[in-house]
Amino acid sequence: MKSYKSDVVVIGAGAAGMAAAIEVKKAKLEVLIIERDQELGGITLQCIHNGFGLKEFQEELTGPEYAQRFINQVYEMKIPFLLETMVIEITKDRKIYAVNNKEGLIEVNAKSIILAMGCREKTRGAINIPGFRPAGIYTAGQAQRFVNIEGYLPGNTYVILGSGDIGMIMARRLTWEGCKVKAVVEILPYVSGLIRNQVQCLEDYEIPLITNYTVTKIHGKDRVKGVTISKVDRNFDRIIGSDKFFECDTLLLSVGLIPENELTLQAGAELSKNGGPLIDNNLETTIEGIFACGNVLQVHDLVDLVSAEAKRAGENAVSYVKERYGKETKRKGKIECIPGENVNYVKPDIINKEDLSKDIIFTLRVNFPDRRVLIQLKDEENNIIYNRKKVYVIPSEMIELNINLEKNGINPEFKSLTIEVIPRPEVLIEED
Amino acid sequence: MIYDVTIIGGGVIGCCIARTLSKYNLKVALLEKEADIASGTTKANSGVVHAGYASSREYLKRDLCIRGNKLYTQAAEELNFPFQRIGSFVVATEDNQIKTLEEQRKNGIQDGVPGLELILDKEKIKYMEPNLTDEVVGVLYAPSAGLVSPYEMTFALAENAAMNGIKFFRNQKVRRIKHQDYIFKIKTKVSEFKSHNVINAAGLFAAKISKMVGLDYFDIMPRRGEYILFDRNALHLNKILFPTPTKISKGILVCPTLHGNTFVGPNAQNITDKKDTSTTEAGLKEILEGGRLLVPKLPLRASIRNFAGLRAVPDTYDFIIDNTDVYGFINVAGILSPGLSSCFSIAEKVIEFLELLGVELKVKEDYNPIRQKPERFKDFTKEELDLKIKEDPAWGRIICRCETIPEKEIINAIQSPVGATTVDGVKFRCRPGMGRCQGGFCRPRVIDILSRELKIPPIEVTKRGEDTNFLVGKTKDYFSKEIEEEGE
Repeated sequence: MKSYKSDVVVIGAGAAGMAAAIEVKKAKLEVLIIERDQELGGITLQCIHNGFGLKEFQEELTGPEYAQRFINQVYEMKIPFLLETMVIEITKDRKIYAVNNKEGLIEVNAKSIILAMGCREKTRGAINIPGFRPAGIYTAGQAQRFVNIEGYLPGNTYVILGSGDIGMIMARRLTWEGCKVKAVVEILPYVSGLIRNQVQCLEDYEIPLITNYTVTKIHGKDRVKGVTISKVDRNFDRIIGSDKFFECDTLLLSVGLIPENELTLQAGAELSKNGGPLIDNNLETTIEGIFACGNVLQVHDLVDLVSAEAKRAGENAVSYVKERYGKETKRKGKIECIPGENVNYVKPDIINKEDLSKDIIFTLRVNFPDRRVLIQLKDEENNIIYNRKKVYVIPSEMIELNINLEKNGINPEFKSLTIEVIPRPEVLIEED
Repeated sequence: MIYDVTIIGGGVIGCCIARTLSKYNLKVALLEKEADIASGTTKANSGVVHAGYASSREYLKRDLCIRGNKLYTQAAEELNFPFQRIGSFVVATEDNQIKTLEEQRKNGIQDGVPGLELILDKEKIKYMEPNLTDEVVGVLYAPSAGLVSPYEMTFALAENAAMNGIKFFRNQKVRRIKHQDYIFKIKTKVSEFKSHNVINAAGLFAAKISKMVGLDYFDIMPRRGEYILFDRNALHLNKILFPTPTKISKGILVCPTLHGNTFVGPNAQNITDKKDTSTTEAGLKEILEGGRLLVPKLPLRASIRNFAGLRAVPDTYDFIIDNTDVYGFINVAGILSPGLSSCFSIAEKVIEFLELLGVELKVKEDYNPIRQKPERFKDFTKEELDLKIKEDPAWGRIICRCETIPEKEIINAIQSPVGATTVDGVKFRCRPGMGRCQGGFCRPRVIDILSRELKIPPIEVTKRGEDTNFLVGKTKDYFSKEIEEEGE
């Protein structure tokens, strides 16, 4: 069995993994990237549309261009990587077992591990659509791979369920290929991807977006022949008599992404409500020395945000290896961050009390859209320790806050704080 | 060439008969209408090997099930298909149901069902199955009930039969059967087979086949059952859980699978269309409600697939296993539950019939009852894995991430006797696409591998045979077509 060792091992060579590895290398530590696909780049390679890099490079790039900037750095910095290598096990003492077809079974001893495995798409089963199980049902990302990488068309006429970003982008992409996208059907009253995609991918091509509807039956025993869509009430129950039939040979699903955390779980780390690992303000999981970043931690709207988060994970892994690895460190205790009103989840899940003097980046998503809101952090006794106004919030846009809790006067004795997004009452009075 | 025996239908029954016949020096063919065996009732089935106490005592199926259950031990050893006697609970949640359970226990023991036990100690019950509802008042425990993967078992049967010389023909829908001078001429969609004897194991279409030789004495109706499958690790059950049965059905069960998943289902809907395996909103709701009576905390969020299967329900409600008036034509029809449990005893019965028909049953000298277990990545130790990958690098190329399936297992599934020719064929043989992503990542690669191994373009790769192609064309085709048209 071939054996490697490295200060830091990064699992996944997508936007997150490469950015994290580069950061580690900058600090002159050894780093090794393990990637299951046959090339570096991750899912951005199949995202050939533009819109990437506005934050990271102040330029508008396509997915492969964005990835290439990082791939070039990986090569320039001579960061070692293993391709077509699948991690099959991570142990608590940070030993990694992986296989590839050249070296067989590989054992890697790491002082620190950064998880950057990304996410996967929700499937039909996860949303339980009744009907037949014919050929012609794909997740939007799978169709994207067929069209953009393999050069094949999965169908001629489409209905897309879910208005996630990949779904909307595929609606446009398939229209360019001469296919007919009959409708994008969204169960919520509003689009679930970015507004810019709604405008640029649907409205510009006159593809109808049908909100408050969902697919309630799939027709066709062998190949999809059509779908029935129905209007839903507030509880997402079908409204009887609202059925509409669309003839199509393909149904694409863009109904959400799930962080891919099988390895995380198997290593023994805890997950939190959003499906990502439970982390502290250093992006460290519940297993010492194992960090997480990118879509494996939380699904991001923009790849630029993924890279930024991954850099932090890289830096934190470096300080772990330099300062804490192999040493008994005394911790001062933790403060738990609890999602309150209209907050779906918040990261980090816990804050180390020794870091209260540092700026902490909070990321959160709301449950439903709202206008003129107040984002508040409250302590155990309901004292407001931070608040910020926001004109509107929408679940598809992740909210990022940079807060120094000490400067905001948090009581270090407390064990939890709550984050909530509430309507601003004073605005109503002003308007009167 | 005239076959001694031709079996129509490549479900678990047809394949089990084929494997049993493969022991003898006979020329045997099996015809299947679909692109793969195990495509009908066998594919979407609970996979429970029943202990045998449940059917009414006047039915043939009761005896066959009790005997069939016992035959599983040896078969699983010889054929190396996954089978575990994990035991079942029939759950009573009301005191008046205990009577039914006690009656089943008494009759079951009399008829030779081993180990039946009525447990009324709630603490003991909950210890044996912690996920069971708090409403439980008693259970009938049947330790001999087991779990099997019906399609994996069918593949094992077919492989072993093929190894021993049985010829399998797929995509052979039978159109007509002529019986002349003691020879059956079976005309299919694409060719013709001649045979001295015919075994009709055509499942839902058995009555149709029977009518082709003029035997019109039963009918088969489809009864649909819907299921919801949950992700691995979402719920750990120790036992197969049945509700106390009613006159109509065994009820909706909550059941583990041999791969660590759990399913809930099936309901029972009498329908008319023998191809209607669609699931329905109302049906899915019904099975969840039914399942919750046994396990209140069903992990709905971890549901990965819903599907439906059809039972072949005969109008007699019992198995129809007959040496018919048409000499050499044996009906094995109406094999509904507990058909899977009874397949080995059904095959024994068919052998008896063939003997009565004067078919010479001489055991082959080179008969090999052993079918090796397919090599699985997951079964290897780390050291073995390392060696395997060095022997063949395809062991080290993981195609399916969710289930950790390497390229080699997929190639083996395609190259095995009666191997996979479709994406579903690969999926059911070695599980890529069975996991939580349901093929999201691996499907393009499986299509690639099938295209390479079968030497067909990717566009011709299908999900499960004719008219189920995944891809409709190449990108930019539209534009080249447009240019051509403009040129004209």
